[in-house]
Amino acid sequence: MSLVSRHLEENGIPTVIIGSALDIVEHCRVARYLHTDYPLGNPCGAPGDALSQIGIVQQALKLLEEAEGPETTRRSTLYWRDGDDWRDDYARVDDSNREELRLRGEQRRRRQLAAKAAGEQRAPMISEV
Amino acid sequence: MGQKYDVPYMRRTRDYYRAQGYEKDYEWACHDEAPFAPLPRPLRECRLGLITTAMPDSVEGREKRRVRACMTTPTPHSMHTDELSWHKTVTHTRDLGSFLPLNHLRNMARSGFFGSLSGRFYSVPTEYSKGNTRKKDAPAVLALCREDQLDVAMLVPL
Repeated sequence: MSLVSRHLEENGIPTVIIGSALDIVEHCRVARYLHTDYPLGNPCGAPGDALSQIGIVQQALKLLEEAEGPETTRRSTLYWRDGDDWRDDYARVDDSNREELRLRGEQRRRRQLAAKAAGEQRAPMISEV
Repeated sequence: MGQKYDVPYMRRTRDYYRAQGYEKDYEWACHDEAPFAPLPRPLRECRLGLITTAMPDSVEGREKRRVRACMTTPTPHSMHTDELSWHKTVTHTRDLGSFLPLNHLRNMARSGFFGSLSGRFYSVPTEYSKGNTRKKDAPAVLALCREDQLDVAMLVPL
């Protein structure tokens, strides 16, 4: 999505990204980024919490209006309501799942080969996490 | 209780796929600087478009990931997000307001936060190939933005 944002900016359309993967967006470098420190999937606010969603979208609009130069990053001040355990949980690799992941990789490569043989030219960036 | 820190998604993803036996690490897009387009007019006069990585929740949307434009009204009941790598063990995507805030944006346009919401929103697939995104998908999204005469865009990756 950062690459799409850059392409629009290069062609004169101002953009703002609302996301939750700070390192990935800042690595790519974009014009305006609002970071929501939530688990991936709900960058505009927690499910069922319309007030937080409205607050985050309004903050993004403000950023769109106020940014004076590229790489303007702001952070939502909200935190995930169920604590912080999710941070360690994402894409966790340890002894409890190492063998399962190895088998999953083998299955995935078989599917990828089959898809390629069938003429599929696109693959998801990352998936199955 | 866990500690607050910015999750290192690039490192986590690399280690996760190494554990699956992938030998070549994914190389994330990286640039030395970012382009910047100033607002062409005050935000209260701008037409805004919403861009998502979710696909329409239809047979076609589920089967073929590609750049699509869908009507913003009526707001869809759901979007197809299964293929994306959001944090499935701790949250869900059944509330569109959490990642495709069409209703909120429509209300904000009525309240004067910005000029108007485009009649269509846009789906763009996440892609392993940065070349496909740069050369095919990004130009396709730009063409749709121009077709709908957007002034500004809000992009929300899951």
